Amino acid sequence: MGIFEYAPAPESRSILDLKSSYGLFINGEFVDGRGSSFKTISPATEEVLAEVSEANDVDVDAAVKAARKAYDKVWSKLSGAERAKYLYRIARIIQERARELAVLESLDNGKPIKESRDVDIPVVAAHFFYYAGWADKLEYALPENAGSSTDPKPLGVAAQIIPWNFPLLMLAWKIAPALACGNTVVLKPAETTPLTALLFAEICQQADLPPGVVNIVTGAGGTGQALVAHPDVDKVAFTGSTDVGKAIARSIAGTGKKATLELGGKAANIVFDDAPLDQAVEGIVTGIFFNQGHVCCAGSRLLVQESIAEELLEKLKRRMGTLRVGDPLDKNTDIGAINSAEQLARIRELSDIGEQEGAGRWSPACELPERGFWFPPTLFTGVSQAHRIAREEIFGPVLSVLTFRTPSEAVEKANNTPYGLSAGVWTEKGSRILHMAGALRAGVVWANTFNQFDPTSPFGGFKESGYGREGGRHGLAAYLKGGE
Amino acid sequence: MLAGMSALATDFSDVTRTDATLRRFLHGLPGVDQVGAEARAAALGTRSIKTTAKAAALDLAIRMVDLTTLEGQDTPGKVRALASKAMRPDPADPTCPATAAVCVYPDMVATAKETLGSSGVNVAAVATAFPSGRAALDIKLADTRDAVEAGADEIDMVIDRGAFLSGRYLQVFDEIVAVREASGSAHLKVIFETGELQTYDNVRRVSWLAMMAGGHFIKTSTGKVQPAATLPVTLVMLEAVRDFREATGQMVGVKPAGGIRTSKDAIKYLVMVNEVAGPDWLDPDWFRFGASTLLNELLMQRTKMTTGRYSGPDYFTLD
Repeated sequence: MGIFEYAPAPESRSILDLKSSYGLFINGEFVDGRGSSFKTISPATEEVLAEVSEANDVDVDAAVKAARKAYDKVWSKLSGAERAKYLYRIARIIQERARELAVLESLDNGKPIKESRDVDIPVVAAHFFYYAGWADKLEYALPENAGSSTDPKPLGVAAQIIPWNFPLLMLAWKIAPALACGNTVVLKPAETTPLTALLFAEICQQADLPPGVVNIVTGAGGTGQALVAHPDVDKVAFTGSTDVGKAIARSIAGTGKKATLELGGKAANIVFDDAPLDQAVEGIVTGIFFNQGHVCCAGSRLLVQESIAEELLEKLKRRMGTLRVGDPLDKNTDIGAINSAEQLARIRELSDIGEQEGAGRWSPACELPERGFWFPPTLFTGVSQAHRIAREEIFGPVLSVLTFRTPSEAVEKANNTPYGLSAGVWTEKGSRILHMAGALRAGVVWANTFNQFDPTSPFGGFKESGYGREGGRHGLAAYLKGGE
Repeated sequence: MLAGMSALATDFSDVTRTDATLRRFLHGLPGVDQVGAEARAAALGTRSIKTTAKAAALDLAIRMVDLTTLEGQDTPGKVRALASKAMRPDPADPTCPATAAVCVYPDMVATAKETLGSSGVNVAAVATAFPSGRAALDIKLADTRDAVEAGADEIDMVIDRGAFLSGRYLQVFDEIVAVREASGSAHLKVIFETGELQTYDNVRRVSWLAMMAGGHFIKTSTGKVQPAATLPVTLVMLEAVRDFREATGQMVGVKPAGGIRTSKDAIKYLVMVNEVAGPDWLDPDWFRFGASTLLNELLMQRTKMTTGRYSGPDYFTLD
């Protein structure tokens, strides 16, 4: 570039008041865990950010008991309007502390501050505002309840386990509807990204939320298992990998616990020859490089009509050359750090397999920092349905490019996957959009856009992408008796 | 400047043979999704340009200004003052660069030229019955020749928006070709008045039309119609010049004009030039700002960058 080099524009960390160690948030207080502890690091620098407790079975039991007590004695007895007051208060505090939350999210997760500031945190606040509005209108939440003039009942205690890709946003997707419906929760954040959940615990204190309504237990898989297996849990809500989702479904089978599972994806982003090409290029970039591709609904398979494949790929490559990879706290960074060494190893492994299987690998020239976990934006051309990179979720900034000749071939290829979370359609022809949306087996179909999230819109998968819906009115059903 | 732009290397004669062939070509260009284009422009607007990058951008922006006065009340005195300002925008700081050009009505060209002399600052004249373009072709051509004879280095013409909107593309094309010929060695900027064309699809089509007709620059607006220049309109035009070079090997310049008032806005445009068309366009030969009040804003920010203090508007000349 030379002529116009952007000088570093780092967001300041000084707004953070990070403690050296964190306990568990149980019954409205931070308490020491009885198990061991683990360190959470910044994936961009491998710097240790804080020491965090690993909740063991006894801790989990204490958290569930606190949640049960809060449910029985306080939360289920409050009117919807009263619960709404707390949720509105939380939403406002999130807005007031938005910068602090964004900096912490980027630090712990590795995502660009641009995204945590402009997407994650605003959408988190929006979720709390949205579900706060529902809390006193629950008689309209379920179609089958219409006209009964009584509210459907909450489920009780919800065990919620969230992933590391959108730590605070997934917390909001889980906690806001659960609380609005009158449930209490025990939430386990991912082991690599516990910090914004712990800051959220402070926000619950600041909002004077009654003790035990929200409990946060940090830890790894063992903590999650203990939580899911706890006999006094009425509901399990999980977002994460399909493998873990299946294990959870097996473990709760026959227990009467309700479950919503939001799992993996291998979404097709379908570009027709009459698409608005420049915007399609942006949509492809947003689809796969947003959040380093750590997005369950990422548009990881580009299906492009053969007649424009060459032109589109030229445009895409040129655009990829302008992506800025680096310090997540720099306001001009487009692609941040891969969340963990483990995830980086998985991305590398699948990319190497793609190359071995004969696909053409391409990345723009870009310098990667020496420390931390990094992977350049990458695309594979000449990919067919038989390639593993066309079938398996890579969960990284890696795009597989396939071509098609006719609309029916596009549908066939798009649906030919065990997953079904999302899809994108790019065409200037309205009737084709409607036809495709009907034919694609995916929970979300975006038309001439990609990766747009709004609390009013339900989200969830077909097939191995899970079951249940989060967001919108549909998201309430997952936390109410008679729902689903 | 603007070297290598004299001859059209690529033959568009098949495309421009009839109204029908031209329409087929222009309507065959990829559509522009409004929501997506506006989102992309807004996203580029969030780039944070600080310290050294900001200092470089401010100087570049000053060098790209076509300092403009297009008023019924213009007088030789006003134009002379403006021309002096263009040569020495900041009398207190000799390191401050000059602007690219002064932009005036044809009858003021001689006055501007006299003041600017061999300073390197060009004289641009709006011609062709600016701003409406509602006159017969021979009058538009006479207007153009008049400006060139008075010494204009650059001609800013307006297209016939009525003809464009009613689909008489060939008429618009032929008119641009004729004005280019009448401009002689002066460089031709083609003003679209995008505020009247309204859709981004139209902006893309008219951009290709003007480039195929031999315009050296494509320009958003006259400044007399709202909205004038916007980031998304300029985005679509930058995509067009980028794609045109890809197709023909020839570079065409872009000039947003009207409504760009703050340094912050100017820097957003430069970011967009950099990331959409590419750094080759980051030069006064290939990108201009049509503006009047913007210059003082740039100067105030520049002084703040060099001295660390923000001085008031009274420290900069009003011309």
